[in-house]
Amino acid sequence: MADLAIEIENLTKEYPFGFLHLKKKTSLEGLHMQVETGEVFGFIGPNGAGKSTTIKLLMGLIFPTAGSARILGKPISDVEMHREIGYLPEQPYFYDYLTAAEVLDYFARFHDLTAADRKERVKRMLKKVGLETAHKIQLRKYSKGMLQRVGLAQAILHDPRVVILDEPMSGLDPVGRREVRDIILELKKDGKTVMFSTHILSDAEMLCDRVGVIVGGKLRGVGAPGTLVDMKTQGMEILFELAGLSNAPLVSKATRTGDRYRLQVPEGELYAAIEQLRGAGARLLSVSQVKATLEEFFMDLVQADRAQASAVEVSGK
Amino acid sequence: MRRASIVALNTFREAVRDRVLYNLVFFALLMMAAAIAVGQISIGIEQTVIVSLGLSAISVIGLLISVFIGVALVSKEMDKRTLYALLAKPVRRWEFLLGKFAGLVLTLVVNTAAMALGLLLVMIYVKHSVERSDAAVLVAVYFILLKLALVVALALLFSCFTTPLLAILFTVGLYIVGLYVQELRNLPVEVLSPAMAAFTKWLSYLLPNFENFNVMAMAAHGRAVPGTLILQNTLYTAAYCAIVLTAAAAVFSRKNLK
Repeated sequence: MADLAIEIENLTKEYPFGFLHLKKKTSLEGLHMQVETGEVFGFIGPNGAGKSTTIKLLMGLIFPTAGSARILGKPISDVEMHREIGYLPEQPYFYDYLTAAEVLDYFARFHDLTAADRKERVKRMLKKVGLETAHKIQLRKYSKGMLQRVGLAQAILHDPRVVILDEPMSGLDPVGRREVRDIILELKKDGKTVMFSTHILSDAEMLCDRVGVIVGGKLRGVGAPGTLVDMKTQGMEILFELAGLSNAPLVSKATRTGDRYRLQVPEGELYAAIEQLRGAGARLLSVSQVKATLEEFFMDLVQADRAQASAVEVSGK
Repeated sequence: MRRASIVALNTFREAVRDRVLYNLVFFALLMMAAAIAVGQISIGIEQTVIVSLGLSAISVIGLLISVFIGVALVSKEMDKRTLYALLAKPVRRWEFLLGKFAGLVLTLVVNTAAMALGLLLVMIYVKHSVERSDAAVLVAVYFILLKLALVVALALLFSCFTTPLLAILFTVGLYIVGLYVQELRNLPVEVLSPAMAAFTKWLSYLLPNFENFNVMAMAAHGRAVPGTLILQNTLYTAAYCAIVLTAAAAVFSRKNLK
């Protein structure tokens, strides 16, 4: 069995609400999950699914109603464990009266680094996240994307073994997202464990060894992005051009955009379909496999969850 | 303690960069105006007027800073979520709280010391001399500082479990009640039921006693403040702050951040 960086057992979080706090809303329900050492783990789910709640519980910012969690073998209540962890909060905000270099130096002081070491690390991190030219500007003048970069820098400043990032791509332009992806891959290359939450599925598919899908406070599946969904070919898609009209039955089934047609056929019928289209005078542009994506898997779960919620609401009436 | 001191120094830096110390300009202008006015309108009671006015200004300015910034110390960090990244570092919640308290007290020490220096300069300008009895003014300033530390601790405690607005109201309310603790203790027992008398006596010891910190009249008339009062007030403030901060830490350590 691989070493575990993060172990979560039956983690549950309920929030009281209402005038006397007698009602309870469950944000996270009996979460069981493990993140192995050295892997990049994506935590995906729609807004309000419980991703940030889980991460806040792991970081000790909120306290669980039930259950427990351990990071690097130590309980999450152990503050000393934070020496080995880097954390990027969702939409991070820092002391706006400080410059980027000052805020990084401030955080570095809690890790018992010497002044020379702090100075060297701060300089290196600012370069890594592309802020070396803006390091003397107070954070109140920073854009959302720049703050995100500062957040990432403070998360990895002390060379932690486990890095937990809450929506690291949020607020970043395409260049920034690419840079964050590179940093995550670099961390993986250095043997670090990375857990990050996102609702951008392509990022998860591209970066993660495994993903966990959470919807409505419940974990709906954990596994490699390819194994979570049925990756068998669901059919073949033929893209072709056809000038004028045709009576061929397959052409009438195709979706038309101008002179271009898109047709989905079962894999076994591909060659027969191609023959028929050629006979009708079509010019083939491409043939590709149709696979279910993580996105479809994710959307199915969200829709099922919404349907269940509305069913409960209707029966409640 | 080292971690608390890191937070404290940053809190002081925040106060400086947020221009909290600009109040000193107001104080300086007030003192200059007072020095000019006193020379023209009061004969023989220059020192009394200047000292009373100066100490009152030091106290009021300090109280405004203590209450408003004291309440914001933690609530602002929670609202702006600057606390998230910090608590992910190896720092305990009580260390953070202690650091915030110490940082604001340090700000008040610097601010009050600057105002006290201004007051002494005006006294020298008015009297053209410094006397041994002027030391009472310094003791009065020290007592104001002790009082402010206690107010900061109370503001911090209230801000840990209620909204900033209510925390301000509670702190100011408790301060005003604390000015009349002696009256509460000396209520005529004969007009109260035994149970009520016991309750008011018990309450008078529980509430912070701000009355003991007021030696303005002694300082204004150049009378020496007894050493025992200095010792008693110092120990009282230390003990009361320790209790209030422990309660604040207990509340804050269990608090779910937003």
